[in-house]
Amino acid sequence: MNLPYYPGCTLKANASHFEDSAIKALEKLNCQLQEMKDWVCCGTVFSLSNDDLMLQLSSIRNLLRAEKQGLNELIVLCSMCYNTLKRSKDFITDDKEKLEKVNNFMYMEEVDYKGTVDIYHLLTILKDRITFETIQDKVKKPLNSLKLGAFYGCLLVRPKEYAIDDFEGPTIIEDLLSALGAESLDFAYKLECCGAYQTLTQKDVSLKRSYEIIRSASRAGCEAIVTSCPLCAYNLDFLQKEIDEEQVDFNKIPIFYFTELMSIALGAGWSSKWSELHFVDPEQLLRDKHLL
Amino acid sequence: MFRGIIKNGIRNELLLKVEEISGQNVFNCYQCGNCSSGCPVVEYMDITPNQVLRLSQYGASEEILDSETIWVCSTCLQCSSRCPKGIDVARIMEAYRTINLRSGIGKINPRKIDVSAANDIPPILLVSAMRKLTG
Amino acid sequence: MKRIGVFVCHCGDNIAGNVDVERVAKEISKHDGVAHSVDYTFMCSDPGQKLIKDAIIEKKLDGVIIASCSPTMHEGTFRKATASAGLNPYQCEIANIREQCSWVHFDKEKGTQKAILIIKSMIEKLKMNELLYPVSVSTNKNVLVIGAGIAGIQAALDIGEAGHKVFLVEKKPYIGGHMIQLSVTFPTLDCSQCILTPKMVQVNQDENIELFVNSEVESIDGAVGNFKIKIKRTAQYINPDICTGCGDCVEACPELVPDEYEEGLSYRRAVYMSFPQVIPYTYTLDIDNCLGLNPIACGKCKEACKENAINYDLRDEIIEKSVGAVIVTTGYDQYPMENIGEYGYGKYPDVVSGLQFERLIFAIGPSGGKMLRPSDGKPVKKIAFIQCSGSRDPERHLSHCSKICCMYTAKQAKMFKTKVPDGQAYIYYIDVRAAGKDYEEFIQKAQSDQKLIYVRGKVSRIYKGNDKMAISAFDTLSGKKMDVEVDMVVLALGLVPSFGTAEFARKFNLSVGTSDFLSEAHPKLRPVESVNTGFFLAGTCLGPKDIPETVAQASGAASKVLSLLAYDSVEKSPIIVKVDAEKCDGCGKCAEECIFDAITIDKIQNVAVIDEMKCKGCAYCVPECPYDALEQKNLSSQQIYNMIDAILGKGNKVEKDKTHVPKIICFLSEIGPYQAADLAGTGRMEYRPNVFVIKVLSISMLNKNHILYAIKHGADGVLISGSHPGESPYPGASLKAKERIDSIKSEIKSAGLNSDRIRLEWYAGRQAKGFAAYVDKFVEYLKMKGPVDSAKWRLLH
Repeated sequence: MNLPYYPGCTLKANASHFEDSAIKALEKLNCQLQEMKDWVCCGTVFSLSNDDLMLQLSSIRNLLRAEKQGLNELIVLCSMCYNTLKRSKDFITDDKEKLEKVNNFMYMEEVDYKGTVDIYHLLTILKDRITFETIQDKVKKPLNSLKLGAFYGCLLVRPKEYAIDDFEGPTIIEDLLSALGAESLDFAYKLECCGAYQTLTQKDVSLKRSYEIIRSASRAGCEAIVTSCPLCAYNLDFLQKEIDEEQVDFNKIPIFYFTELMSIALGAGWSSKWSELHFVDPEQLLRDKHLL
Repeated sequence: MFRGIIKNGIRNELLLKVEEISGQNVFNCYQCGNCSSGCPVVEYMDITPNQVLRLSQYGASEEILDSETIWVCSTCLQCSSRCPKGIDVARIMEAYRTINLRSGIGKINPRKIDVSAANDIPPILLVSAMRKLTG
Repeated sequence: MKRIGVFVCHCGDNIAGNVDVERVAKEISKHDGVAHSVDYTFMCSDPGQKLIKDAIIEKKLDGVIIASCSPTMHEGTFRKATASAGLNPYQCEIANIREQCSWVHFDKEKGTQKAILIIKSMIEKLKMNELLYPVSVSTNKNVLVIGAGIAGIQAALDIGEAGHKVFLVEKKPYIGGHMIQLSVTFPTLDCSQCILTPKMVQVNQDENIELFVNSEVESIDGAVGNFKIKIKRTAQYINPDICTGCGDCVEACPELVPDEYEEGLSYRRAVYMSFPQVIPYTYTLDIDNCLGLNPIACGKCKEACKENAINYDLRDEIIEKSVGAVIVTTGYDQYPMENIGEYGYGKYPDVVSGLQFERLIFAIGPSGGKMLRPSDGKPVKKIAFIQCSGSRDPERHLSHCSKICCMYTAKQAKMFKTKVPDGQAYIYYIDVRAAGKDYEEFIQKAQSDQKLIYVRGKVSRIYKGNDKMAISAFDTLSGKKMDVEVDMVVLALGLVPSFGTAEFARKFNLSVGTSDFLSEAHPKLRPVESVNTGFFLAGTCLGPKDIPETVAQASGAASKVLSLLAYDSVEKSPIIVKVDAEKCDGCGKCAEECIFDAITIDKIQNVAVIDEMKCKGCAYCVPECPYDALEQKNLSSQQIYNMIDAILGKGNKVEKDKTHVPKIICFLSEIGPYQAADLAGTGRMEYRPNVFVIKVLSISMLNKNHILYAIKHGADGVLISGSHPGESPYPGASLKAKERIDSIKSEIKSAGLNSDRIRLEWYAGRQAKGFAAYVDKFVEYLKMKGPVDSAKWRLLH
């Protein structure tokens, strides 16, 4: 199965292990991520202002180019890219006037965007197209005895119209982890905000948010947290340095992308290069569980 | 003459602008407080989300423009997803931010970002902050 | 040819101010068929009525038009006056020249011209009016009461006491409804069982009341005064006459089932008695949870019964009865916790519903009246109550306020503090609504005496904290976070009509209003009657209400029934549908479509027969007839055409220039749009005088010919307006009308004509402003479009 794929900037930088592990894991499922050509920034955050189309331009340009390349869908790994691309698409697709304006802006692209490209998050594809049963059948190294907390953050479940699962009680990541043989534990803060970009301006906000999320997961018994957002992953992982210095009762726990765990379970293994992109050492836990 | 909170008339120009940018009717709010209840960063705000709605109804939008609140809001959409009246509170926050940004008032100055530190942080963080907090 | 008298009322200055009444009377006197035409200051006054009566006799009139206020005001008055002068009351028609003319048009010349046309159209209708007589049938004096909660019990007792037979039907194995589950009642704090059980016993002892538990009403046929009902009683397999209530069967039963009476907080057996004071006093065998009714599957209860009261061979029964009236008291259920994701989808055992709390604090409830956590039995020291759980949330849950929660929450918090004096109760609220006798005082006192913490803010989320339940909340008054961890959370869940109400309403033609509660015939003036004549409503099936209000309503419904039964026969309006036997070929299409099952087919004569008692005159069937064999009495197709002709001035040439004044024919349903138009008058909301109203019972009576006739004969536009779907007294009529009109419009479109000249809009009586504004806009639109090319429209078939 070929999956037309939009990576986004961070998957080519600090989260390259997210992409790398996805490619490896999907190969074991006979799926190939086929990266679209000439992609640009997704726009990162979906603009909430009604009166400024310029802010949607970057997203739509990707859709236009995908359409030009004959693609009718894009699979996205990064939660933020997914959210932004999908909402931008809907923002203009049903509004002819807006669509025309946006196309006028992008006259250099030579063709017009017609609105035929659908956006899917990889998790949805795994659930609906590949199915968790198939994945379960292909597990080579079950993640037995690994206690994991699925962290959704904001972008996979909000706004509710764009939630990839029930927005108050999603289980899609837990279901995947169960298929991989792990034990997933519910924890109170799994839908909370990690502090997002406040890390740049008001680090105390992100420190507190991330601390509370990790504490909630730890208290529920989670040995690691699993996410699909590079921004959440950064905050939850790299802020543990300062959290550890500030909080007395704190124990560090590793933060994984769900694809890293898929790679291990499906027999595609672990790469030491990935470890370098983590702050909290993931290998110790994996070794303890005999998964390395 | 009004005394107290109402200064520039109820639906003044600023509120009309907020309504236009956000597409929201602030008069839908009946002050249940759910937005503030669920807000993960309400403790860092000088004006709470429910107060943003209240002040907007009074046309006291200037106070909101000067607040810390609109910059602390990280658009997690918790308020919007649970509002019993379907108000997209995050859009109202964005509208106030946008009005500031369009008049050149931003939270961070891209030129003053420490480039050496920027190497360690992921692009997603840098770009999203710039998108939300600079004009 | 009828001799018609026209009486033009001045209504002081109300009409005369904007209409030249004298000129109207004079002009009308020249109209064909008018034998007498006068004007007078107040027609509704005694001398005014005498004027009419005298004229009928002296001038030998056989029809009168009163040009005055809306028929909703004085049609009854004038028809009575007409009858007392010996004329059939249906030969009296009202021309509404006040609400729909003088009060909305302030140009006297235009107002006068319009008044003349309104009167002329009514004259043309009157010319073809038949003599009608109210239909009368003898009344059956028995009454069916559906639902044996406090409302059903009260109604049954009231009617039984008056000497009528009552069939009281209850779905559950016991009577008493939700009230019998309650601990104490606010604001008096008297024990709910103590005040209810005497009434339950009375029901059991009253010879006039026949009780059917484990039963549902299967069908109700017939009409007011003469309903035939079928009650389905589920087999109980236990003979109550032999059963001694020893309980041996319960001990023998191996099955455990969550106990409904205890709101799932404890278990019962498959054979069980809900509670010790249960009425009727007998055991119930719950077949859905029984291992099987034969000795091979189980048979332990039968074995254990020494009296041989258990009989596995019993079957469900259908019991047929006849009644004259039906009272519906089907009550409420709580909004399901499972729908509220942010409060845990009902998956946390320590998050309980209001009713569950009632059971938990009840002395002989599942925890023996001790405040213990359902999850692990640890004592409850801190408790949070969350008001408006599911209520007042139009976005995701219920839009309405459930009315009783503020009071019962205060009551429960007070009871908690009495049980656990060193405990702490937090009450999260948005507003405290305590509008009732001694209610506000109760809450204030509880708050002061019990040191209750009232937190003003809706709880965003409940989640499992450290051993306890954690609440994420905010106090909007102090502007501070108000997160707490508590042992138990009580959700004051919103009230919804009891599960199954929607289906029940469909089955028995009861209309359903906002939030899916049943609708009363008039929200203010007919609060316990249904639009389905002969059906009466009381209690929480109509909307959230407390016990005193429910009891008052139940007695109200009972007294309405008693006044109906005080007569040996019932009368109903003779404005119904009639069949032209010549045209009808008995195809049965109308019988199939009739909303009220009022049409049957006489197979021998091959003709449709209208049940005069059942037919409500909505004429929904009229457009369905392929042979045009059906007509509404006194509003036949010919009458409609004649009225339109009178309005448009038959034979008048349409001036095709810029001074073109468009005319709009409005077909308005009596309930809803016609009231809105009247109300626009009361509010003096001026609109353009180009609109002419033809009042219909329901717009579902209109067929293609009715609608197109107007445009073919020179009208510029047609507005068809009915009450909002769901609010119509004729269930489904509005949507059916929409379906028909949509199809007519698409036909017009495909003929290359402007289908926008025909409009369909919904109006409720309250939407006067909307109506006035809409009419103005429509006139504006038609002016812009210019005169209609009637000739082209005439090509449409």
